[in-house]
Amino acid sequence: MEEYLILMRLDLLTREAQPSPEQLQEYMKTYQQWVAGIQARQRFRGGKGLSTEGRVIRHRSEVTDGPFVEIKESLAGFITVAADSWEEALEMASQCPILDGDGNSVELRKVVTVPQS
Amino acid sequence: MSAETIVPHLFRSEYKKIIAVLCRNFGWDQLDQAEDIASETFLTAAQVWALKGPPPEPVAWLYTVAKNKARTFLKRQQVYQQKVVPALQHDEAPQTEIDLSADGIRDSQLRMIFAVCHPSLPMESQVALALRILCGFSISEIAMAFMTNTETISKRLYRAREKLRVMQVLPEVPSPEALPDRLEAVLQTIYLLFNEGYYSSCNNQLLQKDICYEAMQLCSQLLEYSVTAVPPAQALMALMCFHASRFDARLAGDDLVLYGDQDTSRWNQEFIRKGVFFLHHSARGEQLSRYHLEAGIAWWHTRPGDSPEKWQEILQRYTMLLELSYSPLVDLNRIYALAKVSGAKAGITAAREWIAGADYPPEVLRYYHLLLGTLFLESDTATAAEHLAIATSLAGTGTERSFLTRRYGFL
Repeated sequence: MEEYLILMRLDLLTREAQPSPEQLQEYMKTYQQWVAGIQARQRFRGGKGLSTEGRVIRHRSEVTDGPFVEIKESLAGFITVAADSWEEALEMASQCPILDGDGNSVELRKVVTVPQS
Repeated sequence: MSAETIVPHLFRSEYKKIIAVLCRNFGWDQLDQAEDIASETFLTAAQVWALKGPPPEPVAWLYTVAKNKARTFLKRQQVYQQKVVPALQHDEAPQTEIDLSADGIRDSQLRMIFAVCHPSLPMESQVALALRILCGFSISEIAMAFMTNTETISKRLYRAREKLRVMQVLPEVPSPEALPDRLEAVLQTIYLLFNEGYYSSCNNQLLQKDICYEAMQLCSQLLEYSVTAVPPAQALMALMCFHASRFDARLAGDDLVLYGDQDTSRWNQEFIRKGVFFLHHSARGEQLSRYHLEAGIAWWHTRPGDSPEKWQEILQRYTMLLELSYSPLVDLNRIYALAKVSGAKAGITAAREWIAGADYPPEVLRYYHLLLGTLFLESDTATAAEHLAIATSLAGTGTERSFLTRRYGFL
């Protein structure tokens, strides 16, 4: 029933008609082109390339867990988020002045790995 | 429906609305009062309806009772204000008209979203408070979702409320200048809320699904207003729709069905279509958010089977996601996509570089071992078994452990 309700609600928001398969394809194309366009402009401006060495928790970047299909849904079963220690440690660590710069933050990780009591 | 089934049902849908409206009337500092009155309303309903049966229009009945209780409170409050603290300042005089119309509720709820998802609160408090005040979950349900006890949640909620009080956060839509930042915080809370439901470790599947739908509902509220219907919000909605399409297919009884084993005919095409619609609307402006990229990845997962194009696209999106902000877990998922594109060997090399980079918490390490175990399955079953054994030992819950043992137990 909840599913029905949420779909009804989304219907209200998508009331501009139900897209046909062709329209859906068109929609996806718009999206792909838009992303490619932005990417091209960033590259043009000398935006960052792929960085695989930057294993730091960057300034202001939130460490979030996300609904990533690859590992969680393709390999693992249910996951446990030890939110208590992780977030709380993160909050403390985020106030650390060293984070005002783009600095590495091994300390942050150490705080994060403190096991839950 | 009998009183016993209808009260919990209505609690979920109406409690949050009543609180949002009352809070607007009472002022934010009286959140506790608003919650008390909303709770009392349901208590009265449970008592009266148990004897007489539910009224023909139970929602209207609840609103009337809530209004009456609120008026009594406001009257008492007025006397207090006039006689006891005449000098007390109020920037915004509490509204006296209690507006429980559909528009009034919507407007109050939007303000409430911004108050609860306030950047001064730590993320876990925001999520807990959102579950309680914006979604109407009970303390024990929230405790179940977070895999902790009710006492911890009560304390967390209490501290969160105190903080909002001290910070003098008001339930209002932020000014145009402050809006982008505040909206970002709101989107993040909704995102985490959805994630909490989608990959929750708790075994109550009804609750998990409910949490996801509530997250989608909150996002849809943002999409109803032009100021908040920004492209990243549209993209977040698309992302959630794509994942929600697999709700039924990924569960078989109490078990999780892995992506590759899911019956794709059970993927909900309605959700997928809606997701594409929102994704289309999100493709404007100059801000490429993580939700745009993740929704793009999630869309590919609504298409069954493996194809070189699929994995190349996914890999590219993951690479962009990492450029946007680095996260070890996102990186592991990128490595999985890399292995799909360039083969297991390339994946193993990348994973080994990854592990050499830093110390990781066990909940992240587990995925590393799981990934390596899978990548080694073809070439070296002994090494694969070692990694999978470590992954199993790092698994948090009994359910997950038994799942992994069953899945990879043949080794």
